[in-house]
Amino acid sequence: MRQIISILLENETGALSRVVGLFSQRGYNIENITAAPTEDPSVTRITILTQSDKVELGRITKQLHKLVNVIRVYAQEDDSSGVVEREILFLKVQAIGHGVRAELKNLCDIFKAEIVDVTPEQYILQYVGASSDVDRFLKAVEDSADVIETVRSGVCGIFRGDHSLRV
Amino acid sequence: MAMMSGAQMLVRTLEDLGVEYLFGYPGGAVLDIYDALHDSKKIHHVLGRHEQGVAHEADGYARATGKVGVCLVTSGPGATNTVTSIATAYMDSVPMVVITGQVGTPLIGSDAFQEVDTIGITRPIVKHSYLCQKATDIPKYLRQAFYLASTGRPGPVVVDVPKDCVRPSVKFEYPEPEPVKMRSYNPTTQGHRGQVRRAARMLAEAERPVLMLGGGVISSEGSEEARALARMFRLPVVSTLMGLGAYPGSDAQFLGMLGMHGTYEANMAMDKADLVLAVGVRFDDRVTNSVPKFCPAAKIVHVDIDPASISKTVEADIPIVGDAKTVLSQFLDSAGEQKLSCNAKAMDEWWGHISKWRAAKCLAYDKDPKVIKPQQVIESLYRATGGDAIIVTDVGQHQMFVAQYYKFDTPRSFLSSGGLGTMGYGFPAAIGAWVGQRSRPVCLVTGDGSFQMNIQELSTCRQFHIPIKIFILDNHTLGMVRQWQMMFYRGRISWTDLNDNPDFVAVAKAYGHEGQYVDDPSKLDAAIDAALSKKDSLVITDIRCDTDAKVLPMQQGGGSMSDMFMSEA
Repeated sequence: MRQIISILLENETGALSRVVGLFSQRGYNIENITAAPTEDPSVTRITILTQSDKVELGRITKQLHKLVNVIRVYAQEDDSSGVVEREILFLKVQAIGHGVRAELKNLCDIFKAEIVDVTPEQYILQYVGASSDVDRFLKAVEDSADVIETVRSGVCGIFRGDHSLRV
Repeated sequence: MAMMSGAQMLVRTLEDLGVEYLFGYPGGAVLDIYDALHDSKKIHHVLGRHEQGVAHEADGYARATGKVGVCLVTSGPGATNTVTSIATAYMDSVPMVVITGQVGTPLIGSDAFQEVDTIGITRPIVKHSYLCQKATDIPKYLRQAFYLASTGRPGPVVVDVPKDCVRPSVKFEYPEPEPVKMRSYNPTTQGHRGQVRRAARMLAEAERPVLMLGGGVISSEGSEEARALARMFRLPVVSTLMGLGAYPGSDAQFLGMLGMHGTYEANMAMDKADLVLAVGVRFDDRVTNSVPKFCPAAKIVHVDIDPASISKTVEADIPIVGDAKTVLSQFLDSAGEQKLSCNAKAMDEWWGHISKWRAAKCLAYDKDPKVIKPQQVIESLYRATGGDAIIVTDVGQHQMFVAQYYKFDTPRSFLSSGGLGTMGYGFPAAIGAWVGQRSRPVCLVTGDGSFQMNIQELSTCRQFHIPIKIFILDNHTLGMVRQWQMMFYRGRISWTDLNDNPDFVAVAKAYGHEGQYVDDPSKLDAAIDAALSKKDSLVITDIRCDTDAKVLPMQQGGGSMSDMFMSEA
């Protein structure tokens, strides 16, 4: 099952490596990971997307809690009602000729994506959305143009409702 | 306001933390620390002969005393040599602080001489670690390291100290000690009251309960509470390897060690139990055998200070996170409040079953007038010490024989590498134990394989007059591996023969100690008595034992707790 784990940890040297190391040494998988300081610069927030069942998720969160640098851990099974999540996708595409350029512009309008850089031969497209929408947009672009390069940010997520992850 | 260099602050911090003994080995990156140490009147330095030994010595000191063991080694190879020892301490939850030298901060990452990424290498085997960036980090990190090592689930903490942080020419103000507070670290010590109430009621209602004790009971000093609870409910008590001594081994309610080489009665009781109260254990695979077949009829109440240990392998019906001693006394209080007592009729019947299992005498073995049996060495040692010694072991057959045949009545009497199974642990750990606890004799029971893995520490014993009694169960083979080769590899003996051992008596003499050899069963008792009578000398007793002896009973792999080989046939 697809799971999003949010972690607050001390913004100290090596703290991130302890989190990542835990996943590899216990055989858990990380699909993607984002990390950045919070409004309090001494605290880093990490969002990890992983595939695991409920039992394994319980083990992962307990092991994460056990890390001395970790302040809070929260995980919720991904039903879209529980989490607001977004990912950024940048796409560098071949955009030569009117037909392709128009088609790309058209796709961007439909998906509410943006063209953020233009050269005579290439576009850079930017798309923000849930991971599944990112997948769909990427597929649509691939069907209409030659993709030169892609970069995805990994998931950034926040839990809906009263639950908040604070120090 | 005292102005000090980083090195002086390091030494002063250790003094303020109450460190009396520092196990160490000097080297380039820690020269300034050793120079500052030269002025200390409070810290006694014990020089090992190899960093692995040094760190095991700190470990043995910690296990024998309950205090934090501290060691100091240099960068690079000094640090990497401690890796096995750190992993050993981590697996057995031993409070230990390892101070490693490091190249100067400007050189870090440049592949400098004797540089290694100590923090990176040790990351998966420490409770936590610190890389000092400046001199003033040293007191702060060391205090945190001691706090972390000794609270919650204890464990080793590494403090890596770059050479420029201890430079003698630069002085700083020494920060006075203050209580450590860490927002990200708050172990739960008190058990959940409702859970304890429920579990206590279950204990009173159970018809076939078992109290299972582990190393957590020893680290939390919870033996008395465990004994009181066992008495209150007439509970049969079993122990993991790490828990030996938490409950008196000679007590009638004690069924012995459980697991792979556990007693028949302990494993049968587990298999048939309807309630297992497991305290300070982690359900290691050497304890459970096949997890799906583990204690099929039992509800599991699992008490441990580490939430990650609960329901990690064996699913707990009632999980209780807390310190073993605290939770056990909560159980006693709760049982008192609820006026609980055991189900007398059911318990009579339960003990009736247990007596029958006991009658199987699973530890009986045949003696031979010509060859010394390893089991009889342990029985003789128990007789000669009156059970009142600290017994340290290495890893292998001899370790299991000690666990089975020596009755440990008090905690911190049996020191052994349980989780990691580190051959070479025993001798240095025995040194550490003696340094910390001189009121009782310290005996090392080792094998001819294990002993040679840290034999160089004989020199340390010579220098510091450490009168350990060493008993080598010398069977000219790696006994446990040979046992598996005989039982499961059709007797194909692949590289387990040790027929080219040194003359251990001559080795003892070469290092300035005493040694004796015995191979005649009729002279065994006298040899052991003679060794123990030499209070001030280290004595090696090289005991030629039966090469083909097997550790039995032995659980059948993939089976339940009750699936055991009782004999070789």
